[in-house]
Amino acid sequence: MTPFPILSLVIFLPALAALMLPLVRDDRAIRWFTLTALLLDFALASGLLLAFDSESAAMQFRESYDWVPALGIGYKLGVDGISVLFVFLTALLGWISVLASWSAIQTRVREFMISLLAIQSLMIGVFCALDLFLFYVLWEAMLVPMYLIIGIWGGDNRIYAAFKFFLYTLAGSLLFLIGILVLYFAGGRTFDMLALMGQPYAFPTQAWVFVAFLIAFAVKVPMVPLHTWLPDAHVQAPTAGSIILAGVLLKMGAYGFLRFSLPMLPDASVYFAPLMIALSALAIVYGGLLALAQSDIKKLIAYSSVSHMGFITLGLFTFNMNGLSGAVIQMFNHGITTGALFLFVGLIYERTHSRDIPAYGGLIKVVPLFGIAMAAFLLSSMALPGTNGFVGELLVIAGAFGSTGWAAGAAVVGALIGAAYLLGLYRQMLLGEVRLPEGAKMWDLNAREIACAVPLLVFVFWLGLYPKPVLTLLRATLEQLLAQVIGTGA
Amino acid sequence: MDTDLIAASVRASSPEIIVIIGACAALMLSLWPHQDQQKYLTWLSLITILLASAQTLQLSPRPVNIVETTYSGMFVVDAFATYFKMLLYLGTALTILMSGKFLQTEEAVKGEYYVLLLFALAGTMIMVSGADLLIIYIGLELQALSIYVLTGFLKTRGRSVEAALKYVILGAFSSGILLYGLSLIYGLTGSTQLGVLNSALATADLSEPMLILATVFLLVGLLFKIGAVPFHMWVPDIYEGAPTPITAYLSVASKTAAFAVLLRVFMGSLIGLEPLWSSGLAAIAVATMALGSLVALVQDNIKRLLAYSSISHVGFLLLGIIAGTTSGMSAILLYLLIYTFMTLGLFAIVILLHRDVRAGEPLTLFSGLAQSHAGLAFMAMIFLFSLAGIPPTGGFFAKFYVLVALIDAGHVTLAVIAVLLSAVAAWFYLRLIMLIYIQPAEPTTGSTAAPATGPTGHARAAILLSAPMRLVLLFSFSGTVLSGIFPAWFLAMARQASLSGLGN
Repeated sequence: MTPFPILSLVIFLPALAALMLPLVRDDRAIRWFTLTALLLDFALASGLLLAFDSESAAMQFRESYDWVPALGIGYKLGVDGISVLFVFLTALLGWISVLASWSAIQTRVREFMISLLAIQSLMIGVFCALDLFLFYVLWEAMLVPMYLIIGIWGGDNRIYAAFKFFLYTLAGSLLFLIGILVLYFAGGRTFDMLALMGQPYAFPTQAWVFVAFLIAFAVKVPMVPLHTWLPDAHVQAPTAGSIILAGVLLKMGAYGFLRFSLPMLPDASVYFAPLMIALSALAIVYGGLLALAQSDIKKLIAYSSVSHMGFITLGLFTFNMNGLSGAVIQMFNHGITTGALFLFVGLIYERTHSRDIPAYGGLIKVVPLFGIAMAAFLLSSMALPGTNGFVGELLVIAGAFGSTGWAAGAAVVGALIGAAYLLGLYRQMLLGEVRLPEGAKMWDLNAREIACAVPLLVFVFWLGLYPKPVLTLLRATLEQLLAQVIGTGA
Repeated sequence: MDTDLIAASVRASSPEIIVIIGACAALMLSLWPHQDQQKYLTWLSLITILLASAQTLQLSPRPVNIVETTYSGMFVVDAFATYFKMLLYLGTALTILMSGKFLQTEEAVKGEYYVLLLFALAGTMIMVSGADLLIIYIGLELQALSIYVLTGFLKTRGRSVEAALKYVILGAFSSGILLYGLSLIYGLTGSTQLGVLNSALATADLSEPMLILATVFLLVGLLFKIGAVPFHMWVPDIYEGAPTPITAYLSVASKTAAFAVLLRVFMGSLIGLEPLWSSGLAAIAVATMALGSLVALVQDNIKRLLAYSSISHVGFLLLGIIAGTTSGMSAILLYLLIYTFMTLGLFAIVILLHRDVRAGEPLTLFSGLAQSHAGLAFMAMIFLFSLAGIPPTGGFFAKFYVLVALIDAGHVTLAVIAVLLSAVAAWFYLRLIMLIYIQPAEPTTGSTAAPATGPTGHARAAILLSAPMRLVLLFSFSGTVLSGIFPAWFLAMARQASLSGLGN
């Protein structure tokens, strides 16, 4: 019996569209074509989410073909509660990125859209892959379109930022590859992730592989002290690049911990948990303090990402249900909220060509719709009750109290610092005297921009007020994961 | 001697005979002045290679583990040799195809060029089929002498002549070392035949100083030919000075043949001496990768850059020998195949971009290529990412398989060093991609308003893609991409070929 290969379709639809783009005639048609393809992909991903059976912890919609049988490499796909959520998030941010670049990208539109479609395929593929080799190929191939997006369409210092992004991530990824190969030989010459999980690897093997994975994922997350590429990449990237980077690429690191480190290396995960928690606490506070000192909007949000990602890694290594589900929800939230913030920075930059916070004031009076929506995202980012951020942060902090009290304290401090810089940004830009950078041409949100913002707003409040569907979706998967870590690790 | 044996020997060496006949025919043809002479010569050479490859395939051993030894044990036809010969045909044929345009640009069209390339091919074929150190040496010299002349083929260009002179001197020096190693081996064992050596050395005392000296000399001579550190000094100068298609040939075909010899000698008959050379070779491999990657960072001539890049690839290839297993050997075989595709593809683009005879090949040749020639730029990008080892290109799978073999043999530390150095190497490939995609070719007015639709309206004059060039690009591009996406088929070929290499 071969069921319909729905995952392959979701993965390859954008890639096929990218192959067809060279045949599309002008820029306008290219934009519409890309948008259609990604909307279609989004529809498929939504269908996937609806058809997903959240009662089961098993991988669903599985596909399995031989790829390089001599080495035990297969083309294996499948999704569980975690990955189906991120496939959905990726597909959602995909078409929003196209809309966000509609007028912002005027040069080499064709190449831009090809890169965007390519990275979309690769990211969805990463979340669906059940074969380590396939995962690694997609994971590393992702660097290429992102490198081009930053390098070609970025700001003034884009070349430096693109190089830094690429080399940092590449160095980390290559260590990841070595770790994969060590696991491959220790686990009986297979790249099948499910077969590699739950095998009793010797502790020294686990520890070394954990360190290799840690470096790769820590670069991607990014965790302090490997975070320095992020502000550069974010500041220089075009809006769509920032959205994808913050929304999906950063999640890859945390996803790696969830998918590999915890279930495959449970002993080492428990052994290294204090280190991970300490690094997370450090990231939360240090990232927050850095954000507090920024006057460039994008830099501020970039450093706030470092802080918020700290919450996620903290939640992952608490090894309890609250912490884990908080971390996964926070991953999703951060994708929505930070993606939205970068989108709004992009929108304001299109109008004023300035990212200098002190140059702005009273925006809510000039562009009320813009101001209100941005305010909502800022509040969500600082985890105001009723928004999605609250649910995630609360769960993580609750989880941390259940394992390491002082780290929970650090998280609370981090949340307070977050409130300080986000409210500061809110007050300075949106309230007070009307102040605009010179040469600004202001207009309120147009239909296209509203279309980008509304779905993100819906998720902010939906998850904030009624997070149950997502929690249900994750429960079975996370319970199984927890059993894999604690069951053998304790 | 039995006539049957002679007939069998001639039959076994028929591909070499075909190539040499073809070379002689090309020599005759080059004496006949005609305006289409170059075209005829190209065709003649290609047909020769096609015939030889058909003959090689027909002689290919079935089942693959059969080893046919002829000429009283001096010449061998096995899957290993067949694989390498096909690789050499590919490399040489693509070199010939890309030469036409270059020779016209340089106004150096001469018939001898093709003749010499075919002789070089015959030399490399003898190298990979040689089962006797002397035969291998003769093949190596035939190849080397042809390439010396080809390196200096641009008689009016100082750098070309200088490169040829350097190459002759250093090449003769290294051949001398190799030959001295051979004579010592002969003195110790009384034979130069690989099969005999194998059993003679199986019981040898490894602390015997003469044996150590012989091994070192043999190894040094061969490392010279592949350009491993510290015997790499000739590589950048000669790569830069030689005509670009010859540079491509040097970095692909000659290196391939030298690796075949290295594998057959050191992993075949001298495998018993492994304790003598394995740790030294590991140090050499690391040094080669490090020097190649680091020095490439500061190059501003594209051919010098590719020279250092090829040095770092040699370092990576040597890791397969250090693994010392069958999978290490097949990793090298696979790597060489994929390396042939991506390197020749990139060189073809360098040739296409090279138009001004005096300007040389600065890196800026590549700048703005994406805006004037989107297709070529895309291919160049794929070749460069493949050389950097980024998936899903062939270059990634090649490196991946070397790492698999290395870790399987327990050399995890070496693998870590290797990947970190290849991250360094990625830097200069990225720099070229930056030039291609970001820097404009000429200062254009109103850069934001310039629409990038198609290869029109830009400063760069249109590049004329001749049919042979298209063929080269098609071959190398599809080879690079397919070996990355469907590696299973390429892998199976390499694995089959390497099994018999260890058996003799």
